[in-house]
Amino acid sequence: MALHCGKTCRQYLLHLAHDSVDFRLPELKALLALRGRQCDPSEAFREKSPFWRLCGLLEEDVRSVMSRTVCGKSAFELWGHGRTAAELKSSLLEYPIEKMTPFLQEESTYKINVYTFNKTLLFKDRIEKIDALGFLPFKGKVSLKDPDHIFCLLEDYGLDPNDIPEEPFHIYFGRWVADGQRELIRSHSVKKRHFIGNTSMDAGLSFIMANHAKVKAHDLVYDPFVGTGSLLVACSHFGAYVCGTDIDYNTIHGVGKASRKNQKWRGPDENIRANLRQYGTESFYVDVMVSDASKPVWRKGALFDAIITDPPYGIRESTRRTGSHKEIVSPPEDFSGESHVPVSMAYHLSDIFADLLNFAAHHLVMGGRLVYWLPIYRPEYCEEMVPLHPCLSVISNCEQTLSSHTSRRLITMEKIKEPEKSDVLAHLADSRFSPYQGHNSFREKYFSGITKKNGKGTQESCVYLWLR
Amino acid sequence: MIQNSGRSGCLNTEGEVHATEVKVNEVEFNPQFVSRMIPKLEWSALIQAAEGVGHRQDLPDTLVSNYENDEDFLHKVHRVLLEVEVIEGSLQCPESGREFPISKGVPNMLLNEDES
Repeated sequence: MALHCGKTCRQYLLHLAHDSVDFRLPELKALLALRGRQCDPSEAFREKSPFWRLCGLLEEDVRSVMSRTVCGKSAFELWGHGRTAAELKSSLLEYPIEKMTPFLQEESTYKINVYTFNKTLLFKDRIEKIDALGFLPFKGKVSLKDPDHIFCLLEDYGLDPNDIPEEPFHIYFGRWVADGQRELIRSHSVKKRHFIGNTSMDAGLSFIMANHAKVKAHDLVYDPFVGTGSLLVACSHFGAYVCGTDIDYNTIHGVGKASRKNQKWRGPDENIRANLRQYGTESFYVDVMVSDASKPVWRKGALFDAIITDPPYGIRESTRRTGSHKEIVSPPEDFSGESHVPVSMAYHLSDIFADLLNFAAHHLVMGGRLVYWLPIYRPEYCEEMVPLHPCLSVISNCEQTLSSHTSRRLITMEKIKEPEKSDVLAHLADSRFSPYQGHNSFREKYFSGITKKNGKGTQESCVYLWLR
Repeated sequence: MIQNSGRSGCLNTEGEVHATEVKVNEVEFNPQFVSRMIPKLEWSALIQAAEGVGHRQDLPDTLVSNYENDEDFLHKVHRVLLEVEVIEGSLQCPESGREFPISKGVPNMLLNEDES
């Protein structure tokens, strides 16, 4: 399948939301891969544009993508396009009439929408543009309410809101096929979720992550830093069975201090299972455990179809693991469990990712994906900092800016071979496999940026361990 | 869920499960998921765990062949995998004998500082 190929094949127009722009193409590629389709952007392809032309696909492929995508707003069967109204017209006149007539029947109803990107048109201008399409052989009746067929004229006025042209750069006309799943962003909003934490993943991003991971029905998905289960909510929505572990007893049991503004303590319906229940996916709940991700308890072998996670960055939740260390830190005063909570020591960021990749290499099925966030100090970022593993191949690396000097990158990796003994030592032999070393300083750099503004000194010690 | 016993236990394959409180939920049966899970399980560990919590019923000692088409069998596995839940109890590591508590349905697999 090509993006923006020549005229001869049937084309679909994908209208994308102008949101999470970097994440869109990897999402589309992953969803097409679920259909067994390759995706090759041609030279004419402009990734930042909200309009992508896809060819070499069947309508079922498009419907399937739209049933999953959170980046895609709508998909249209493209009947014509051009850089001017005249070009659009000749393009439409070239479109085979026999492909149009089934949707223009006398007994059917239709309506035509006009959508303009980066410009607002007056109502009369929109009507004019619809009237200009009068040369098309519409035989049916116009019905604005629940028509049989919907058509859309889409105009692209560029990407610069400060320089809006008089005429559009490009115009498209097509028959509406399907909408994407952007409604999930609202329906699954964290604001309305029963159980949240300080770092619960935003709904839109959690669905994007599930898509990047190629999660599908009947998969088994695991989150080793599950927190309140936001990522599991998204995966279960697509029919995957989900499990998670977290070192934090309170979060797993859904007890302790609440994260909501006016709430002191968590209520009885606040736990991961309740979150799944809220969205009707409780039957996909497999298990959660209190467990230290640096000391996994799973038996050997490929268990998971996908591992999707947001490891702690050490900023709003502590990074920690069990084990002795010189600093003995006592559990926070809000701890209310009966089980022993072992002493925590700092879990260096570089180790988190090395352990995560190693775990994924051993416990993913072949072709299974690992999707995780990597916090980045922007002034020093280079591609070599992305951790590598001989058994995993990097599929995508998408940046979400958090501040002027920090961002996080969503890394997607795919298992390409089974681990051998030699692979375990690879990261020691080759510095490429542990480029994130010294990345624990991400936390120091994050705070030095802030404290420079405040002019206060920082104390680097176990204070960070309980920072929220 | 009784899942972990087939899969966890100090990186070893078989841990014993003890339960003082067990709950059986009704969970929608999905034969495709169960079929895909079976090869990932250590069958003997599953049987041992099911026995340990008193819910083995008539699961066979060894895995039957052609289980993908045996809906009855898949139903039994589904029950033990997804419906039988240990609410209070423990998982025991066969090597060290160390017991990991299960409380409110959640196992606590954390080792103490002197154990790692």
